[in-house]
Amino acid sequence: MELLSILRIAWRALSRNKLRSGLTMLGVIIGVGAVIAMVGVGQGASQAVQQQISAMGSNVVFVASGTVNRGGLRLGWGQTKTLIYDDMRAIVRECPAVKAAAPGGQTTAQLVFGNDNWFTNVQGTEPQYFDIRDWGLAEGVPFTQADVDSAANLAVIGKTVRQNLFGAADAVGQTIRVKDLPFRVVGVLRPKGQSAHMGQDQDDVIFVPITTLQKKLTGDTWLRFIVVSAVSRQASYAAQQEIAALLRDRHRIRPGQDDDFLVRNLADIAQLADQSSRVMTLLLASIASVSLIVGGIGIMNIMLVSVTERTREIGIRMAVGATEEDVQRQFLIEAIVLSLMGGAAGILFGVGSSLLITRLLGWAVLISPLAIAVAALFSAAVGVFFGYYPARKAARLDPIEALRFE
Amino acid sequence: MATTLQSASEADGARAFAELIRVEDVHKYYELGETRVHALRGVTVSIAPGEFVAIMGASGSGKSTFMNLLGCLDRASSGRYLLQGTDVSQLDKKALASIRNRKLGFVFQGFNLLSRTTALENVELPTLYAQLNKEERLQRAREALRIVGLADRMDHFPSQLSGGQQQRVAIARALVNRPSILLADEPTGNLDSRTSVEIMDVFQELNQSGLTIVLVTHEPDISRFAKRTLLFRDGKIRRDEPVTGRPRAFEVLRALPKMED
Repeated sequence: MELLSILRIAWRALSRNKLRSGLTMLGVIIGVGAVIAMVGVGQGASQAVQQQISAMGSNVVFVASGTVNRGGLRLGWGQTKTLIYDDMRAIVRECPAVKAAAPGGQTTAQLVFGNDNWFTNVQGTEPQYFDIRDWGLAEGVPFTQADVDSAANLAVIGKTVRQNLFGAADAVGQTIRVKDLPFRVVGVLRPKGQSAHMGQDQDDVIFVPITTLQKKLTGDTWLRFIVVSAVSRQASYAAQQEIAALLRDRHRIRPGQDDDFLVRNLADIAQLADQSSRVMTLLLASIASVSLIVGGIGIMNIMLVSVTERTREIGIRMAVGATEEDVQRQFLIEAIVLSLMGGAAGILFGVGSSLLITRLLGWAVLISPLAIAVAALFSAAVGVFFGYYPARKAARLDPIEALRFE
Repeated sequence: MATTLQSASEADGARAFAELIRVEDVHKYYELGETRVHALRGVTVSIAPGEFVAIMGASGSGKSTFMNLLGCLDRASSGRYLLQGTDVSQLDKKALASIRNRKLGFVFQGFNLLSRTTALENVELPTLYAQLNKEERLQRAREALRIVGLADRMDHFPSQLSGGQQQRVAIARALVNRPSILLADEPTGNLDSRTSVEIMDVFQELNQSGLTIVLVTHEPDISRFAKRTLLFRDGKIRRDEPVTGRPRAFEVLRALPKMED
């Protein structure tokens, strides 16, 4: 019997009980839709995390000053005063995997402009910082190395600060007061959004030359951190090790003694985040798969009912020459048609609900063609798997008994 | 010696030609728990091409079992069944399905049409299992419906047809693959007497054009339209005789009063 005829018979049989076929399909629709939407949510989250991490700058290695252990009292990171500007110079000079480095000092201060004021983070650095972190300016220009050397009172401000102090007015060229010192705004940074793991507003910050910060605002002589960029993403691991070795040597830390600094590789953080979102995706997908299996059981149930209802039809078909294989194929294809139609509708449903999730919750949802293909294949497999037993049952009927069936 | 062997095989060949069906000492029993139910207890009969045989018998006489064997829906417990010279008692299910498809046509008491399927599609059904192309299938189905006089009812559903018309559709379905034998199991059981005679008229005409027909009935009125009757009792053939004074169905119809509708 040719496939086209079988498909026509299957279509007939299914459209005879539209409500029943529809409800049966609903199980598969929900299953496939849930798989697509959940995988979409998982992959979307994973992509968002990756984007945020790469937004921190490519190939970036963070070096932070370490903890101190003073008579058993342990303080947090950024407490030691051993990380200095010369360390940074040494890192650039002596670590082959390092491309560039920028120093970082930090304080907090009340900013004043006209009648507005704002409390924020003040960071001191050098102009290459913006390149390393891949952070461009929306307005104006960054301060220069010459400005750093002369400890000029210049500031590059984040978007949040700009909004709070200037509103819609021009910011570049204005003078703001930081701890009662006047600073001229030379640039406004592009918005970066919240940081990936802390949820901090990365745009709530101003940058001043490191020399200005140290000499005029904090009086510190040490660095809170050094931001380093490696020559490539792969090289960031090498850079991490080179820096650690160099700093241990420079800080005269004996083997067995703890580091007084901290080196963090962004690639590590990215990988960790990637791993956790992958686990998340897998979890969501497997929960969604359960509903697909439930949908398959629904198909099996309805196919069994259908075989019983159509016992006489099976008998007639056998009497006029249908073989066991003919009957089995017919019911199997009916189940597959049911599950594939459910799968197709489920893809639409999954894509639709993904878009809805994006629209309503603002989550990034990534609809991958792979997930769609897998869902379609899976729904066909559900049809074969759950259709096989009812089809087998139909094929095994005794034609004489089947013809007598009322 | 050699000549006797040769003549014996010649006789076999000649008999195969003369016999469409040969059943030799066929037994059929069912195991029902501990007890063994004997449905057929040694049936031997042969049917030539062009015959019109009516099988009679009370219920439980074994006539339905015999019909199922002839129809290749069931297999004998012992004995041989030769259909056009080939022993079908040894064939597997798939081969039996193929024989049902190509050599046999079935007509049932309850018509057994697929509801919600048009007359034409019902008739087309056996051709779906016969590796025929679409045009050939439709052409054969139309031709079969024309033979039974339903050319103008092709697109009607069974529920839109009278009992007699439904049975004609069933007959057309049995004819569509051009079988060697038409097997009818109580074909008039669900029909009124006038319609029954009409159906017998169809059978007589088909038989006249050369088709072999085997018919099961318990109505003597119906069996007399056949050329030969076999009477079953207790799983054996008790009587095998030609019908004498066989009426022509169309003449009987003329004599019957018209229904008042």
